[in-house]
Amino acid sequence: MANKVATREAYGKALLVLGAENPNVVVLDADLSKSTKTADFAKKYPERFFNMGIAEANLLGTAAGLAAAGKIPFASTFAIFAVGRAFEQIRNSIAYPKLNVKIAATHSGITVGEDGGSHQAIEDVAIMRAVPNMVVLVPADGEETRQVVLAAAQYKGPVYIRMGRLDVPLLFGEEYRFEIGKANVLKKGTDVAIMANGVMVSMALEAASELADQGVSVSVVNVASVKPLDEETIVRIAKTTKAVVTAEEHNIIGGLGSAVAEVLGEKQPTPMVRVGLKDTFGESGRPLELLEKYGLTKAELVKAVHEVLAKKQR
Amino acid sequence: MTTIELKRVANVIRQDIISMLVTAKSGHPGGSLSAADIVATLFFNEMRINPKDPRWEERDRFVLSKGHAAPVLYSALAEKGYFPKEELQGLRQTGHMLQGHPDMKKTPGVDMSTGSLGQGLSAANGMALAGKLDGKDYRVFALLGDGEMAEGQIWEAAMAAAHYKLDNVTAILDFNGLQIDGATDSVMCSAPLTEKWRAFCWHVIEVDGHDIDALLAAFAEAKTVKGRPTIIIAKTVKGKGVSFMEDQAGWHGNAPSVEQGEQALKELREEAANLG
Ligand SMILES: Cc1ncc(C[n+]2csc(CCOP(=O)(O)OP(=O)(O)O)c2C)c(N)n1
Ligand SMILES: [Mg+2]
Repeated sequence: MANKVATREAYGKALLVLGAENPNVVVLDADLSKSTKTADFAKKYPERFFNMGIAEANLLGTAAGLAAAGKIPFASTFAIFAVGRAFEQIRNSIAYPKLNVKIAATHSGITVGEDGGSHQAIEDVAIMRAVPNMVVLVPADGEETRQVVLAAAQYKGPVYIRMGRLDVPLLFGEEYRFEIGKANVLKKGTDVAIMANGVMVSMALEAASELADQGVSVSVVNVASVKPLDEETIVRIAKTTKAVVTAEEHNIIGGLGSAVAEVLGEKQPTPMVRVGLKDTFGESGRPLELLEKYGLTKAELVKAVHEVLAKKQR
Repeated sequence: MTTIELKRVANVIRQDIISMLVTAKSGHPGGSLSAADIVATLFFNEMRINPKDPRWEERDRFVLSKGHAAPVLYSALAEKGYFPKEELQGLRQTGHMLQGHPDMKKTPGVDMSTGSLGQGLSAANGMALAGKLDGKDYRVFALLGDGEMAEGQIWEAAMAAAHYKLDNVTAILDFNGLQIDGATDSVMCSAPLTEKWRAFCWHVIEVDGHDIDALLAAFAEAKTVKGRPTIIIAKTVKGKGVSFMEDQAGWHGNAPSVEQGEQALKELREEAANLG
């Protein structure tokens, strides 16, 4: 069994590293510091931690001001409340003036589980991606999250980091290299490519080995950097495989699947199948049951691959 | 209902909350238990409702702005007969009706979908404005949390309710002094709340939120106030009725284990026995 850790957990740890390295790093939360894992930073650096209470608009607005005055704020809450409640603060107070705010959002997607549809952000990537100046990052495991958080701190400008509640398998070691704007080809294949991010990456890898047993050669590409998107790699891979499946824990409208389709549509028209939530809200339930119910599984990816292969042959 | 009957109802609601959360293995006990007396008084005495006709146009409305306390609402609805009590055991489970936070599309008796804090009072105002437009005399109740007071939208709604003289709106503040990250005073101080609501031109009533007689009197008073909205600031104890949960921020969003649930139910059954 692979080790498992939630991306939010890795975020909390990375913040401690940043706190020690850079006195300009400050952290803000909105009464969810235990869940978003900013609580350890709060304990270690209380003078650099600001709990804004249950007030997300004020959370993001204050982060904008801190950035305008030279700090590197990491503002955390659940994805639904950051992107949802504070959208226009993000758009006009952070992205428009290109301020150096890191929106570190946890509890994205349906793997939020029992809290239900009201708490499961399934449209946050679409919304953040549509905002000029915004960088959108969706790490797949603990190690990638660590690197994403450090890279976000290095980068000057607004970054949206999408993380999850659920423990997910550790996929990468320290030799792994995340870079903003770069996709990572995890596995090279010739028949079809699965381009995934977040919790779907580990399933993509599993689907690829199952398909290998069936004689299908699958490329797996981890697209953690949804924006900027690594168009070069995506086009190059699509040219070889001539069939692409995208996979994300997000609505199929506006997320990774859309981003890939936009690029391929213009530069390398390729048969595609998008795996994601089929324009529906989630509901309460155990995270793994919900992934099953909403078709975010290895089996569903295998099915999607066969579907896209059939399109390719037409 | 008499005071003693309402106390019994509140006790049953508390038992339901515990057993639901034990089965669900997740959920929010603290803020559900603190609101049990308020919700019992509303649903079993104050509100004009008909469980056989959940969408009755003349009904009073209830908005659980602090939506995470859904179990207290679900229990009251089940005890009133809106749906079978067995449904309570499906709380938070895949494919079941009772969502982690109230969902008006899925659950009969739920007047507004909530769960994202700060939005409920605005929705209550909207229902109240519609009632006035339609010449209906129904009333709208909204239950708010004290941590929730930090949301700007609450104060936007407070201003609007007074501006539009919504005397058909009654807010109830579950003033338990705790939120997730600790005491409300330490996370984001919203005091002094009584003065704030008065300054927003609301009629303010302060009560002990576990004193049924005081709650009955407060609701009776709210009904007589004309030309402005009323807020009942109900001083409560988070986790009320279960000794080890009382006044503990740690019991905000953690379900009791089977053993803890047994202990809690034992205490609540003893309380019921004492009520006679
Ligand atoms: C907009 C929004 N932000 C954050 C949350 C997460 N959350 C759920 S309950 C809660 C604390 C609520 O405290 P309070 O209002 O005092 O409720 P109570 O003590 O009655 O449970 C928080 C932060 C939420 N549901 N909605
Ligand atoms: Mg409270």
